[in-house]
Parts: sequence; C-alpha cells; structure tokens
Amino acid sequence: MSTIAQAAPPSRGSVLYDPKIRGAAYQILLVVVVAFLIYSASVNAIDNLRAAKIASGFGFLENTSGFDVNQTLVSYGATSTYGRAFVVGLLNTLLVAAIGIVLATFLGFFIGVARLSPNWIVARVATAYVELIRNLPLLLQLLFWYIAVLRPLPDARNSVSFGLGFFLNNRGMYLPRPLIDGDAWYVVIALGIGVVAALAFGGWAHRRQMTTGTQYPVVRTGALLILGLPALVWILTGITAGNPIAFEIPEQTRFNLRGGLQVFPEFVALTLGLVIYTAAFIAEVVRAGILAVSKGQTEAADALGLRSATTLKLVVIPQAMRVITPPLTSQYLNLTKNSSLAVAIGYPDLVQVFMGTVLNQTGQAIECVAITMAVYLAISLITSAVMNSYNRRMAMVER
Amino acid sequence: MTRQIASMALGLGVGLLGAALATGASAQQTLANVKQKGFVQCGSNTGLAGFGVPDAKGEWTGFDVDYCRAVAAAVFNDPKKVRFIPLSSKDRFTALQSGEVDLLVRNSTATMSRDTALGITFTGVNYYDGQGFMVRKKLGVSSAKELSGASVCTQQGTTTELNLADFFRRNNLKYEVVAFASSDETFKAYDTGRCDAFTTDSSGLYAERLRASAPDDHIVLPEIISKEPLGPSVRKGDAQWADIVKWVGYAMLNAEENGVTQANVDQMLKSDNPEVKRLLGTEGKFGEGIGLTNDWAYRVVKLVGNYGESFERNVGQGSPLKIKRGLNALWTQGGLQYGIPVR
Amino acid sequence: MAVHTLSYVQTAQADTLPPPLLVRGPIAWVRQNLFSSIPNTILTLVVVYLLYVVIPPVIRFLITDAVWTGIDRNACREDVIHRPVGACWAFVADRLSYFTYGSYPIPERWRVDVFFALMAVGIAWMLWLKAPAKGLGALYFFVVFPIASFILLTGWSAVGLTPVPTAFWGGIMLTLLVSIVGIVFSLPFGILLALGRRSKLPLVRLASVIFIEVVRGVPLITVLIMANTMLPLFLPQGVSVDRLLRPLVGVSLFSAAYMAEVVRGGLQAVPKGQYEGAMSLGLGYGRMMYFIVLPQALRIVIPGIVNTFIGLFKDTTLVSIVGLLDLVRAIEASRVDPIWAAPTVSYTGYAFAALFYWICCFGMSRYSIMVERKLAAGQRR
Repeated sequence: MSTIAQAAPPSRGSVLYDPKIRGAAYQILLVVVVAFLIYSASVNAIDNLRAAKIASGFGFLENTSGFDVNQTLVSYGATSTYGRAFVVGLLNTLLVAAIGIVLATFLGFFIGVARLSPNWIVARVATAYVELIRNLPLLLQLLFWYIAVLRPLPDARNSVSFGLGFFLNNRGMYLPRPLIDGDAWYVVIALGIGVVAALAFGGWAHRRQMTTGTQYPVVRTGALLILGLPALVWILTGITAGNPIAFEIPEQTRFNLRGGLQVFPEFVALTLGLVIYTAAFIAEVVRAGILAVSKGQTEAADALGLRSATTLKLVVIPQAMRVITPPLTSQYLNLTKNSSLAVAIGYPDLVQVFMGTVLNQTGQAIECVAITMAVYLAISLITSAVMNSYNRRMAMVER
Repeated sequence: MTRQIASMALGLGVGLLGAALATGASAQQTLANVKQKGFVQCGSNTGLAGFGVPDAKGEWTGFDVDYCRAVAAAVFNDPKKVRFIPLSSKDRFTALQSGEVDLLVRNSTATMSRDTALGITFTGVNYYDGQGFMVRKKLGVSSAKELSGASVCTQQGTTTELNLADFFRRNNLKYEVVAFASSDETFKAYDTGRCDAFTTDSSGLYAERLRASAPDDHIVLPEIISKEPLGPSVRKGDAQWADIVKWVGYAMLNAEENGVTQANVDQMLKSDNPEVKRLLGTEGKFGEGIGLTNDWAYRVVKLVGNYGESFERNVGQGSPLKIKRGLNALWTQGGLQYGIPVR
Repeated sequence: MAVHTLSYVQTAQADTLPPPLLVRGPIAWVRQNLFSSIPNTILTLVVVYLLYVVIPPVIRFLITDAVWTGIDRNACREDVIHRPVGACWAFVADRLSYFTYGSYPIPERWRVDVFFALMAVGIAWMLWLKAPAKGLGALYFFVVFPIASFILLTGWSAVGLTPVPTAFWGGIMLTLLVSIVGIVFSLPFGILLALGRRSKLPLVRLASVIFIEVVRGVPLITVLIMANTMLPLFLPQGVSVDRLLRPLVGVSLFSAAYMAEVVRGGLQAVPKGQYEGAMSLGLGYGRMMYFIVLPQALRIVIPGIVNTFIGLFKDTTLVSIVGLLDLVRAIEASRVDPIWAAPTVSYTGYAFAALFYWICCFGMSRYSIMVERKLAAGQRR
C-alpha cells in the first residue's frame, strides 16, 4: 500500500494541475480583477466629479429641496430637505405596493380558481385574460390605463358628485377627510381594541373547534367587535362631549376641489395597472398550486360530503399554499419592483422623486442610485426572509 | 498610464461594442476637424417645433437649426453640410464635452455655472426667453397670480420645476404640481386635462401649443417668472471655433440691422455703406481673421438669411408659432439683440 | 333478524329517477358546462353579460368604426367625417416606417431590413430543435451575427456603408436590437454566473451570489438609470459611452442575472451520476461542463430561457424611460404630433404596440410550451 502511495507522483507532475492551487489562482485573479475595476472606476468617478464640480457624500440630504410633490403621506413642501423628499417617495412606493399586493392577491386567486372552473365559459374567459395580460409589456398597460382613467372623467369644474362629500373628476377622487383629535382618539383606541379582541376570539374559537368540534359565529362576532365597539364609543362621547369626529368636505374652488382626501389619477392608474398585470401571474401560480394537489384529496372531500367551496377552502387551498407561497412571494416582489414604472405616468414614487428629480437637481448620481437600490434590495431581502419563515411553518412534515 | 490601462480594462468590460462606440474628445482644432469630416456635427433638440425638429424625411428645420446651417454655410458654403444629433436635456452638455458634437444649439439657458464649470462656452444669446405659463382660455385666467389652487404640469428635474416652486412660494399661492419625466408626457397630460396650467420656457409654450388638439383654446399668460437667455455653446479651449460660432450669430444680426436680406444680398455687394462692405467682405479681411474666407458672412446671409428672416420664418409671423419679436427685436427697435460691429 | 332496526336502511325500492333528458349533443354539453347548478348559471350569465359589454365595443373600435385611410387628423375626427370614429389605423399606416426604423436615414434603411433577415435566420436556427449544424448555428448567432449587425447598422466607411449615429436608431428595430443584444450577451454571461454560483471556490461563489441577488433585488429601471448616469462617471474623462450602449449594458447585466438562475435550475436537474461519470473518465472541469453537463442542462432549460427572453422582450419597453426611441417611445412621440391630433390616436397607437408585443410574446410562449411537451415526451421512457 505505502509503496504505491510513494511511487505515485502527482499525476501530471506539475503544481499547475493541482486543483487546490488552481482554485486559489482563479480566486486571486478574480479578486484582483474586481478590485482593479472598482479602483479604476472610483478614481475616474472622483476625477469626473471634481471636474464637474459635483459634491459627494450624503450631506445633500440635509439641503433644501426646492421642489414640490403632489402626493405626500407626510408633510412636505418646497422648503423641506432632500432627505424628506426621499421619505415621501419611499412611503408612496410602499403605499402603492401594499395596496397593489392585497388587490392583486384577491384578483389573482379568483382568476386562478376560475381557470379551473367546470364552467366552460368562465374558464375560457379567465384563460383569455391571463394570456392577454401576461403577454403585454407592463409599461404599455400603464400608459393605456393612465389615459383610460383620465380621458373619460370630467374636468374639475364639472365634477361628478356622489353626495356626502364624494367627488370624481380628472384630478382624482375626493373623499371627506376625518379630522381626528381630542375625544376622537377614544374611537380610534376602541377600534384597535376591537380588532385585537376579534383576532383573539377567532383564535380561541378555532382552537375550540379543533378540540371539541363546536363552531362559533366567528365572522359575526368579529364584525360586531370591530365595528360595534368604536361606534358605541363614538355615540357615548357624542352624548357627553359632542360629535368627536368632524369631516373635512372637499370644496369647489376656482380651479380644483380643495380639502378632503384626494386620490390622484396617477395613483389609481398605477394601482390598476399593477394589480391587473400581477394578477395574471398570480393566477398562473395559483392554478399550478391547485393542480399540484392530488385529485384524490378533492374526491375524498367530495365523498365526505363537503361542498365544493368548502373543499376548496379547507382541503385544496391549504395544501396548494405550500406550492404557491414561494412563487407568490416573488410575484409580490415583482409588483413592488414594477411600481418603479410609476415614473412613466408621473406618480411620485421613490424612483420618480429620488432618482428622477433629486438626482437631476443635485447631480449626485452615485449616492441617489445607491440609496434607491439599497431600499429595493432591503425590501426584497426582508420580504424573502418573512416568506421563508412562513414557508418553513407551512412546509409538509415529512414522515 | 494606469489610467489608460484602467480605461482599456473597462472598455473590455463594457464590451466590443463599447470600445467601438466610445468617442474620444478633441478640444482643439475643431475647425480643422470639421473641415476634414466635411460637415458640422450639431447637437439639436429632440424635436421642438420652430426651434429644431426633423420632418418625416429626417430633414431638420427650425430657428436653432438655422444657426447650425449658418455655421456650415460660413465654413463650407453649403448649409446642408451639417448633421444633427437629437439630444435630451440631460445628455446635451456631456455630448458636447465628449466631442460627440461640435456645436450645441438646443435652446439651452446660459448660466454662470454652466459657462464656467461644465467645460463649455456660451458664445452668445440667440433667443432671450423666460419661463411662462399656458392655460386654457375657458378658465378665464389673465395672470399667473390668479393661479391659486391650480394644478400645474411640469417636467421633472429641470430648473423649470424649481422656478415653479419658487414662484408660488414667493406669491404665497397654493398649487398642485404634477411632474413627468419627459416633455411629451408632460404636455399630453396637460392636453388631456390633468392640469390647469402647463409651464416651461415661453418659446417652448408657443411651440408646444401647436401640439394641442385645439391650439386656439390655449393662451400663454403674460408673466415671465425667470430669465432664460438661450444660446449656442461650444467646448472650452478652442477660441477659433468659438469665434466662428459667435461671429456667425453677430453677422446675422448685423445683416438685419443694415437691411441685408437673403433676397438683396447680391445687390448689397455693390453697396457703398462701409458697414455693409465690411460685413460682406468687399472691404477688409475680417473672414480670414477667424480662419474662413472673407465672404463668410455673405454666404451666411445668402444661404440662410439674416437674424430677422430666420426668426420670422421659423418662429415668428411666417410660422405657425406666431411669436412676437419682443425682447428679441433689434436694439434699434426696442429689443435686446445687438450685433457687435464688424470692424 | 334485526335488520329493520337500522332506520336508515330503506325497506322499499326507491322510485327510479327520470331518465336524463340528454347526455350527448350540444344541448347536454351546454347544460353540463354552463348551467349545471344555480350558482353556475348565475356565473355564466354574469360572464356572458361582461363579454357583451366588453367585446362589441372593442370590435367596433378596432374594426367596424376604424378609419383605414387618410393623410392627417381630419380623417379621424368625428366632427369632420360625421360618423363615430374608432381606431385611426390611417395614423399607424402613415407612421409605420417611423415605428419600424425610427429616424434611420431613408436611403440606408435596406441595412435594417438585412439586419432583420439575419436575425430571423439566427433565431430560426436556434429555435428549430432539429435544425442541422447546431454548433455552427450557435457560432453564427453569438459571434457572426452580432459583428455583422454591428458593422451593418453603425456603418463602416471602408466598405462603403455611411456611418449612422445611434441617435437615429429607433422603433421596432431598436426594440428587437435591445432584446437580441440582451439575449446574446446574457446567455453566455448567465451560464458563467450559474457555474460560478455552483462553484466550489468560495470567493467565486460569493461574487456570483452577490451579483445575482443584488441585480434580481432591484427594478430594471434603476439599473437602466444607473447605467445611464453612472457609466460615464466611471470612465476616464473625455471618453463618452454611446447613449444607446449604456442601456444595452444595463439590460445585458440585468437579464444575465435572471438567466443565471434559469441555468442553475438546469445544472441542478442534471443527475449527479453524469458529473461522477464524467469525472471518472478523467475529464477536467471545463471539459466535463462543456461536453457532458451543459448540453444536458441547457436542453432542459430551453423553456425557461424562452420565458426569460419573453420577460426581457417586454422589459425592453423600459429603455424608453431613459430616452431611447423604442417602439413605445416612437408611438408616444407620434401621438403628440399635431398633424395627427385626434381623440382616438393614442388608443390606436397603443393598440398597435399591444398587437406587436402580444403576437411576439404569445408566439414565444407557445413555442416554449411546445418544447416543454417534447422534452417531457423524451423523458417518459
């Protein structure tokens, strides 16, 4: 044995063929090339910035921005800082992403299930929807929705009024804005307590049903807690201290309606476009998920006498969720990333405000691009982490 | 040395296409370069009616375009020896700095920082402009100060956007801004009714108004809320080329002032007026002073026309824009256009 | 017998059910598939009503009321021709060459046509599964075709082709060009990244993972804006990168990251025995990958590659945001042209673009499904 080991020289006699040395060499080469590219790029960038007299560093975030944004979730004006403009853009992105994700999930599940419907025409229409929407560029759809939303609406002086302070025109939709202060906080607190109580009751009822089989009216009780409790507090405070919640009703001024809550057409068009587009992909994910559940499961449920809606809800979807969750997560991320197309229709999202206006005004391209990318990356990583942990919980316990 | 290797490495990283398409800058000897190429490379607008716009066949016309053609006429005796590269507002100065174009005539505002820091030189002002507002007639607005509460469409990332915020803040008026990435989208949104007012340089307002579905329904408000002297620019460091571009402009102004037009320039060669004689090169050797032939200005007027002719033809009464001369009238007629004498 | 104590057991024969009215034929089919139950009937009626609301107006707009000929806006204005006006196809017909070639000089447009033809040959060669000389086809598609197209489109004075600045390129030509450049560069680069991600060398793996995950975590538009604004900053002064090239670099890097993940899926699907077999034959890493693993892996992921390409093709519309005149931007620029200022022109332009993209994408997705079926059939042994 030992003689053989001694007699065998390194197979081809050269260190060049030693996989370890080769590997190390490749890696060193990679590090050198990357480091060199970074080095020369930074040297050039510093030179170029100096020549163009562009400042560097993140100090500009403290400077006054000097421009306005229409849709702001936090107070913002031309005298605010660039940092504030960043927050405004970020919140607008998160708003459209959150609303888009919720709506797209509903629509997507609905269409995905409809594609598998035994009803011929429903299945065909759902298929046509998916094949039409999936194969058109989102940008084109957004541009279309923007004029499709704007065109038919009347101008601001001929707003359509729905009564109670609801108006619609080509500047958007106007709703009464609740003014919350003083006693109104009790109502808000009551609402919070109602939601928590309803959730707790739901959990308790579920556990009871699991152990004893007794069913409780979860939906009715929940609705009563969430709506009834604040209403009760509202009436009580109303009796003791006068109506606590006032509404700011939009008023017609010379050009526009003023006051109230304004939903901008850019927001509507963007949400609509994102929801319709993403729903087509979610529908495919859902369909694949449902098809992955073995037919025996449905048949067993049928044999037990469950109705088809109940079968879907209690047997098929929970199992399909295991297959659905990972691709669904990536669709949520896609929706969030796609919301950056807002820039094409003038919705002030992160990219439009920060990579558009701020970048052009300050010229600090590197900082603006880095910050924006970091935000999207962080959103991606956080969402993936959350969904992965959910996925682990849902994963089939292998026997 | 390191720098060169670095650029080569990056060039490789960017790919074969990159290395081939990257163009080197050449600050000196633009005239020699231009003569060798056989045409003047002009940076132009991507399409602004009256100032620089290509027709369906790719032929460019406009007030700014005429300036380029005049330079080509002075250099080559042929206004067609010019090529246009449409540039967006973001790219225009980099294109000039990098040598992609020899001359930028693209309604660009001359400002101190641009003139001193960007490595370019503005050779003069061919159009005195300022930011204004356009509204629908039926709103019954006659002054920008009445725009309180209005929605205003503007292009993002421009000085226009900042001037707008300043104006409303200064006058303590409320407004809603709707900002778009490109001028097409901005104007289309206004035209669709998304905004009450549209703001940009007032020359741009007149040009954009033509694109409205019903141009007569819109008026341009009288207020000008900023100073926007628009002019041609060249790379810094080539004085001869800057002189040529500058003096082509003055020649067109002087021609108008002395009544030399495209139609009568041949008779004017026989004029006794010493100013005309110096301008058209029948007296003195002014053309040779800038590296051209002495009949350079004659060729400019003959092939392109004087300042007034170019103005009226492209943006004035002879055009759909119908912009009044206003600040751009000659100094003798109450305007600011003042040609430095040829002598 | 205690049989009768089981109360749920019927003692008497139940009445026979009436025979089914029809079990075959169209009426039975309609019954079963559309009106099988009350909720189903309601659903059917709702959907039929929806179709009634949506389809006739769309057909009216696209065909019945459409205007097919005309030279300017007057052809498509209701107040001029006194009838309801649908799509203004006259506008598309008038602008078709602009939509196809952008501002590419008219006398030179044959070069674009040749480019289209070269591309069609390349794509057909790559997509046709049983095409002869696949290796030659790959060489053509990834080496010969890009170089030939580059010379053809930019021009080369030495062979008598007038240079055409990229600023004039536009329309469908640019859309196809961006997609093709994306695929030609992203496939090799994506394969490298995928191999890197599965490499045993920690630094190579780390670099690949970071690149892939960062690029996949950000929107394409940020990558494009980065390429547009930062590339010039990173190059030495005086060197400018063509404005068309910048988004091309962005698109290539972006799709390479997605391609890498697709290819990685293929690499993982190749059975371990194949790797081990190759190693036992004494093949090195490069040969093992080139001769044994990649041919199998790539074959498996053809549908994935096509799907990525569909995504890339749709995403090319984003280059319009950074100022390139692709099909969408060409339509956007044309619809604000006062010569064609008529109410339905915008919708017509979008309808045309939608038709173009839909035909391309749908065709590719059908192809990918077909390949998937073929491959599945091959695996079924």
